[in-house]
Amino acid sequence: MNLSLSDEQEFLREAARGALSRFDTIAAAREALEGGELPDLWPTASEAGWAGLLVCEEHGGAGLHPFDAMLVLVECGRVLAPVPLIGHLPASWLLDRGGYADIEAVASGAKRAVLVPAQPPSDLSDLWTWEAEAGKARVPAGDTTQVAHWVVDAPGAEVFVVVGPGGAVSVVEGASVESAARYDATRSLGHVSLVGGTSTRLDVDPADAANAWHLAQTLIAAESVGTVETCLEMAVAYAKERFTFGRAIGSYQAMKHQLVEILRVLENSRSLLYYAGWAGESKPEEFALAASAARSVSGRALDSATRINIAVHGGIGATWEHDGPLFFRRAQLSRRLLGGTGAATDRVAGELLSSAGA
Amino acid sequence: MDLNDTPEQAAYRIQVREWLGEHREEAPPLRAPEGDEEAYLAARRTWQGKLAEGGLAGVVWPKELGGQGLGPIEQVIVNQEIGDAGVPGILDVIGVGMLGPTLIAHGSDEQKNRHLGPMLHGDEVWCQLFSEPAAGSDLAGVQSRAKLGDDGRWTLNGQKVWTTNAQFSSYGLLLARTDADVPKHKGLSMFIVDMNAPGVTTRGLRQISGEAEFNEVFFDDVVLEGDAVVGGVGNGWGTALTTLMFERLTIGLGSEGLGYRADRFAAPIAADPNARVDPDVRKRLGEIAADLLALRFTAYRTLTALQGGQIPGPESALAKVTTVNAAIAATDLIADVVGPEALDESSEWAYAISFLPGLKSAGGTEEILRNTVGERVLGLPPEPRLDKGIPFSELRAKERSATA
Repeated sequence: MNLSLSDEQEFLREAARGALSRFDTIAAAREALEGGELPDLWPTASEAGWAGLLVCEEHGGAGLHPFDAMLVLVECGRVLAPVPLIGHLPASWLLDRGGYADIEAVASGAKRAVLVPAQPPSDLSDLWTWEAEAGKARVPAGDTTQVAHWVVDAPGAEVFVVVGPGGAVSVVEGASVESAARYDATRSLGHVSLVGGTSTRLDVDPADAANAWHLAQTLIAAESVGTVETCLEMAVAYAKERFTFGRAIGSYQAMKHQLVEILRVLENSRSLLYYAGWAGESKPEEFALAASAARSVSGRALDSATRINIAVHGGIGATWEHDGPLFFRRAQLSRRLLGGTGAATDRVAGELLSSAGA
Repeated sequence: MDLNDTPEQAAYRIQVREWLGEHREEAPPLRAPEGDEEAYLAARRTWQGKLAEGGLAGVVWPKELGGQGLGPIEQVIVNQEIGDAGVPGILDVIGVGMLGPTLIAHGSDEQKNRHLGPMLHGDEVWCQLFSEPAAGSDLAGVQSRAKLGDDGRWTLNGQKVWTTNAQFSSYGLLLARTDADVPKHKGLSMFIVDMNAPGVTTRGLRQISGEAEFNEVFFDDVVLEGDAVVGGVGNGWGTALTTLMFERLTIGLGSEGLGYRADRFAAPIAADPNARVDPDVRKRLGEIAADLLALRFTAYRTLTALQGGQIPGPESALAKVTTVNAAIAATDLIADVVGPEALDESSEWAYAISFLPGLKSAGGTEEILRNTVGERVLGLPPEPRLDKGIPFSELRAKERSATA
């Protein structure tokens, strides 16, 4: 029994924190809402080896595991760093398994890839689905319009790894992307049109396409955990320095209990990252359950942490100048991407109900 | 990240498993057969004695005091193997897990030599006499009073409550006030009390389910010998904190045993063809199950810390908060799905539904746990207190005049 981080993992985490600290990503997040330019963190990511984190060593990658990738995403989430890894990492993993010819360029970061993901079938549906253009309904993957909506990290990508009907995976080069950045300006989003691109079938199993979806769930979960960490730190620091009625507001149980609630859901989310990491490496049959549980709990944690953070700061916490709203924007959009937190929660139920037999 | 045993742990596990394989036939059933409680208790005591002889009780106790001198990981291995073997564990979890270790840390050699052996073997069961009707969350406010007589003996008066196993305990570890004229944490002492002494009255306390799992215990002029004090007169609070630390450890290592597992809660829903496709039911189940799955890995994280020589801190209390609330939500969902039958005594769920409201307060109320974690883990300032530095007798006088 050993869940502690290895020396290499500690180093990976520290290095990620250090590399990201060279940019004022929080200030950039606010400026970007008013049309400002976001820093390009891809060169940093490539230099640090994150682009090839999940590509095997023979193909120029680091040959690491989902949990290592999660450690980097936690650091990105802490400072709202716009590093397009949620799209790139699952795509690179599929490309590596499918024998993609130019995998070394993907591993080095010279070519940026993105997963155009499809939600795999569940106990209630046999369909692979994409996000619909509007609303909560989903559409069959690769439907007649050939446009995938709300694809995370699509803008700027060169290689599109598209999951279509039946979990078939194709590599599309020359797809066009309409930027769909919304409420959270740090979240790279696009509508991807495959019309006019050249498509090559990638030789991977539908089970791999499903795992790519689950991997993306774990990455956005990890990113959420980082954001919750920061919200807790902000809120606790303020609760110690803000005084009312002659004492710090953090001394009031009404405040204290809310702050502890953030810690509680943070610890639960963190434990599920371990579960997803362990399943991803050693227990593939539980990866769908673990990844969905991590997404579900961290998504809910993200919502409550960003709201409590604002509430603890009082009115000032809800103003444009404050950082709280930037984290809140992140939370509100994140929770609706990649199937949304709700679909992950439903899959937890579905996985359990299926294995309960009956 | 590795959930496997080290080679040494694997060897220990095999040794434990083999012992259980050889002795399984001698074990009593997991639960008492209807109407045969006395005989069942006797069987459980005998079984605890066998476990002790086999080295499966007191795993973390020092060797020279009858234990195995091993670590918490080995304790967990024993718990897991006992669970897998489908046999009961030791009867006196509170004694062996919490009160024995307190005696080991603070007791005199005479106390250890007299009490630890019979405790470990189940010959003498112990109970924890801390909480009172007016001292639960604010434990240092206990009012049970021990007065020292000229003959060097103490006279004890007062009442304790929520006392598990008191009805068949031989001894209890009791926190009493020995000096009311100093601030409340300073005037406390810990005693060993003979539960069969004249003046000790134990009454079962029935709960929502109708069962009496714990007791209230009354002390009327109970005489305690001078050597009944554990850890020195006036040091009762420090001694109590040791017990509470072991309580946390015991709960932390045994939480899987409560049976609040995601797969178990999913089963009755899976069996209902309408419920299993109902979006609202699925949402509730998914949220509850995800929380419970998190706890499994929280426990592994705790074990990792223990293995590295760390003691679980107050943050482990958050796992209790999650467990209780998830279990409440789960049984509530199941009752919604199954309908009124879920509340029948014969149902698998009725007992848990009745048991869980009380569990919210057991082992520290949710509010007190959140206070403790907020202060000790997040470093938030405490609420201002009106009892600091004030002699206990004055506090009581204020309380009486305020409520008069």
